[in-house]
Amino acid sequence: MLKYLLKRLGLAIIILLGASALIYLLSMLMPADYIDNQTSAALQSGAMTMEDVMRLKELYGLADKSIGGIAKSYITWLKSTVSGDLGFSFLYGKPVTTVLSEYIWISFMIAFISYILQIIIGIPMGIKASVSQYSAYDYTVSVFAMMGTALPSFFLSALLMNVFAIKLGIFPLQGLTTATTVFAPDAHLQILLDKVWHLVLPITVLTLLNVGGTMKFTRTNMLEVLNSDYIRTARAKGLSEKVVTYKHAFRNTMIPLVTSLSGMLPGLFGGAMITETVFAIPGIGYMALRATRQGDIPFIMGYNMFLAALTVAGMLISDIMYMVVDPRVKLS
Amino acid sequence: MGLLNIFKRKKIEGIDNTMYLTLRDERRISKENNKIIKYYERMKARKNVPEEEYLTQMRDPNNVVEFENLHTYFFTDVGTVKSVNGVSFDVPQGKIVGIVGESGCGKSVTSLSLMQLVQAPTGQIVEGSIRYKANDGKCYEITKVPRDKMLKIRGKDISMIFQEPMTSLNPVFRIGEQMDEVVLLHEDGMTPESAKKRSIEMLRLVGIAMPEKIYSKYPHELSGGMRQRVMIAMALSCNPRLIIADEPTTALDVTIQAQILELLREIKEKINGSIMLITHDLGVIAEMADLVVVMYAGRIIEKGTVREIFHSPKHPYTIGLMKSKPSGKTTDDRLFSIKGQVPNPINMPDHCYFYNRCDRAMEVCLGEYPKLIQFSPTHFAACYLYDESRLSGDDLAKE
Amino acid sequence: MTDKERNKAMSYTDNNNTEPELVQNFRVISPGRMVAKRFFKSKLSIAGLIMIIFVFIFSFVGPLIIDATWGYKETQVFKIERNTDMVTVAQFTGPDGRTYDYYDKSQTVIIFKAPPSAEHWLGTDTSGFDIFTRLMYGGRISLVISFIVIFLETLVGIILGGLAGYFGKWVDQLIMRIVDVFACLPYLPILLVLSAAISSIETIPAEHRIYYLMAFITLMGWTGVARIVRGQILMLREQEYMMAATTTGISSIHKIFRHLIPNTMPQLIVSATLGLGGVILYESTLSYLGLGVPFPRAAWGSMIALADPSRGQEILAYYPNMWVPAGILIVVTVLGFSFIGDGLRDAFDPRMKR
Repeated sequence: MLKYLLKRLGLAIIILLGASALIYLLSMLMPADYIDNQTSAALQSGAMTMEDVMRLKELYGLADKSIGGIAKSYITWLKSTVSGDLGFSFLYGKPVTTVLSEYIWISFMIAFISYILQIIIGIPMGIKASVSQYSAYDYTVSVFAMMGTALPSFFLSALLMNVFAIKLGIFPLQGLTTATTVFAPDAHLQILLDKVWHLVLPITVLTLLNVGGTMKFTRTNMLEVLNSDYIRTARAKGLSEKVVTYKHAFRNTMIPLVTSLSGMLPGLFGGAMITETVFAIPGIGYMALRATRQGDIPFIMGYNMFLAALTVAGMLISDIMYMVVDPRVKLS
Repeated sequence: MGLLNIFKRKKIEGIDNTMYLTLRDERRISKENNKIIKYYERMKARKNVPEEEYLTQMRDPNNVVEFENLHTYFFTDVGTVKSVNGVSFDVPQGKIVGIVGESGCGKSVTSLSLMQLVQAPTGQIVEGSIRYKANDGKCYEITKVPRDKMLKIRGKDISMIFQEPMTSLNPVFRIGEQMDEVVLLHEDGMTPESAKKRSIEMLRLVGIAMPEKIYSKYPHELSGGMRQRVMIAMALSCNPRLIIADEPTTALDVTIQAQILELLREIKEKINGSIMLITHDLGVIAEMADLVVVMYAGRIIEKGTVREIFHSPKHPYTIGLMKSKPSGKTTDDRLFSIKGQVPNPINMPDHCYFYNRCDRAMEVCLGEYPKLIQFSPTHFAACYLYDESRLSGDDLAKE
Repeated sequence: MTDKERNKAMSYTDNNNTEPELVQNFRVISPGRMVAKRFFKSKLSIAGLIMIIFVFIFSFVGPLIIDATWGYKETQVFKIERNTDMVTVAQFTGPDGRTYDYYDKSQTVIIFKAPPSAEHWLGTDTSGFDIFTRLMYGGRISLVISFIVIFLETLVGIILGGLAGYFGKWVDQLIMRIVDVFACLPYLPILLVLSAAISSIETIPAEHRIYYLMAFITLMGWTGVARIVRGQILMLREQEYMMAATTTGISSIHKIFRHLIPNTMPQLIVSATLGLGGVILYESTLSYLGLGVPFPRAAWGSMIALADPSRGQEILAYYPNMWVPAGILIVVTVLGFSFIGDGLRDAFDPRMKR
């Protein structure tokens, strides 16, 4: 088992290396004058010096476009990335790692709450739909689930804003805090509640978009399990339909569910670019989209590397969780 | 319907010009089916049914189970499949009743009807009765017993062993957990400790050498024969009056097969219960059964004691079966096989289902389905060959 | 069987002529027709088909009709003058120390943002374009992009996945590691970076941006198809009929394209159908962010972007006619493709047979 894990870990490292090379190639695509355009503002304001810009170009392989030069600067960049230095964001005037650690938490909170909601709504709905396959409930739930996956996040956000923020006025339109109210510095609870109030709509959007996927996944897997021989055995034992469904069948459905849901965990730190931007919530997705538009190359590359690492971590976690939940894998 | 042309291929004479069900037909069928299914499902889901409605009397107090004119249909989208179409036979106390037939002849569905485990909602018992005598002397009409009451019979009084030991145990629970579950469910006053004791005892009874060790293993760690033993142990753990063994040895090695059969017979002696043995293996039947029921396309075509069926088979199908059994005595280089195939279960003809394959078919066979004709107190067969009132001189000459 | 018995059996078959009866009793059906039949049995797949046919007619026939009848295209500007009341509210503190509300009502003439009317069913937008017409053109570009991208993705996926699955060993290792790397790249952020970079390069004309866009979406999306093809081929390679094909001595290329690829088709058709909706969502997201189909060409995403509250709430609040129809069309199209895809999957999968 340890050997298997080590093998997966080695594979993960190889994948990450490949991803880093590709992401590095991205910066190659950018024309050199593009950097000049983007940094001119920072230069004028004095946030950067000409030397900084030159160093930047060198680090991202834009100065010396010969193969040797690119390889050399890639290795320099890789070394600093591995050591945890993702570069200096010229848009935000801070090291990229600082920006990341500052803004991922709000993104994580939104994503995590919606993830929990997705689980507690999607799984029971999926089970119920699978138990009554082809019933009216099954059809309704399935159609709603598909609708969720078909909705673009920005359109759903606009609809919810129009109804709940503008027409009904129960939730704020954008932002994380109410700009017009001044809270006493020690009114932590009020500040927190204000934030939660601002986050209701974005969390609703994320939940509505993703709950259908969880529901469908649960339903498909439950259907497969419900048709298996051991479920017939369980029924023949005289167990009630409830025990058959929730103990015997669901315990088996748990295997793919836990595997895929746990693999999603690291991704929760990645931020929801579009939703955060539409609601103007200063999470990591919002910051990244701004940086992308402004051509903040260090930030873009740092952020993309961060996301790739999260994906690979997700893969590893689902591998491990699979071994934890499925007794058949443990000993072999 | 121009779009459909994409899916069409070149016409093949004899295949493409046969009749198809149109979409509209299928819609109509599924609509009708839904209505029928809804009716039966509502009947089954009733709660607080008074006991009188499902209590009944046995015809013969020596029987554990009596099937009478049982009809179990599957309402599929292409038509109604009459899986079990008027089956009547008895399972006497302490006897092994073997049910033989080709695959798809309705033998498994008959046993599943007794357990109320027919694949719902498409499968429904539409007619007939199954009477079951419980330990306390009460007789239940299984077709009318409500679901919650049935849960108390299933697994306790009647237990079942399935064909596929490899997939019949839940892979995520330990053997012990799955065995204790039955005991805890059906026996009053059981604690987890006493349930464990009972399970280990049962494992020992079915000849497992280290029951404590097996008790804490997962199914995938056991061989097929071991798993089938576990299934048998599980079926025995509540002292059932009847064990249904649905092809218990088909998926096993030949050597293991003999062991499992031997075990089943021993156990029957020990618990003084009855066994309904479903198989298509005539050797198994000859070895094990006291009484034999031969089924074909959802109907019983012959039933009798083992001796009667094997030594003086009456129905042409049974005769064919006996001939097709490799015996080692004959010197023929080829095995006998009954020609033709079982007819499509949908829209069955009204006449004898074996007509197409029968080498003794007569004019009268195209008439209504033959009734069972009695040859001895236990021996019956459904064939016009023996119907003296219908037999004309011409047919006799052919004989 | 003795000769006598055999003769008897034969004469029986001849005389009674029972064979046709047997044939009538069975309903033989070709696999293709079976799939079509199962597909059309599901109400959802029919609904999906109707939705997609509607969107297709709307986006491809619609513009022709508009052009032939009224002779304008997506970028025709309509200046419709109308008066609107402009009310300004302010507060001031009077000399008595009390606060007063101050209303100022004036009339202005605006030429854009016309409300729905008989000539312009959904009105005109902030630039004076007819919204209804732009919806048609937006659909056309979305559908064209999605079909081209899916075609390219499938092509690349079949070639690379087929090579990996068929040759195995190091070819498989290499291609699958590349697939892994691409699969772990963040899809949307990278797409945004690429689009942003392209739109910043002045030497690339705006009309060409769509082609780059399609190339980028293909580049990020081919891995799914490659995985499917490889998995299927690995599975099919072990089947007996492949052994049979090998023993006839046909070439590898022949084996791949005649025997293996056709057998992966059902899965590919399903994944392509479901993928079409995905591409439309990505395209509209890019257009929403202004990185997709360039202005002044119409795209559903950029029409919804008018409602972006960061640019003011006016349109979000008072002009739903500008952005709601585009959103509904996206949902209808994506949903239609998923219904069809799901219907096809169930139709292809014999286990779904009831």
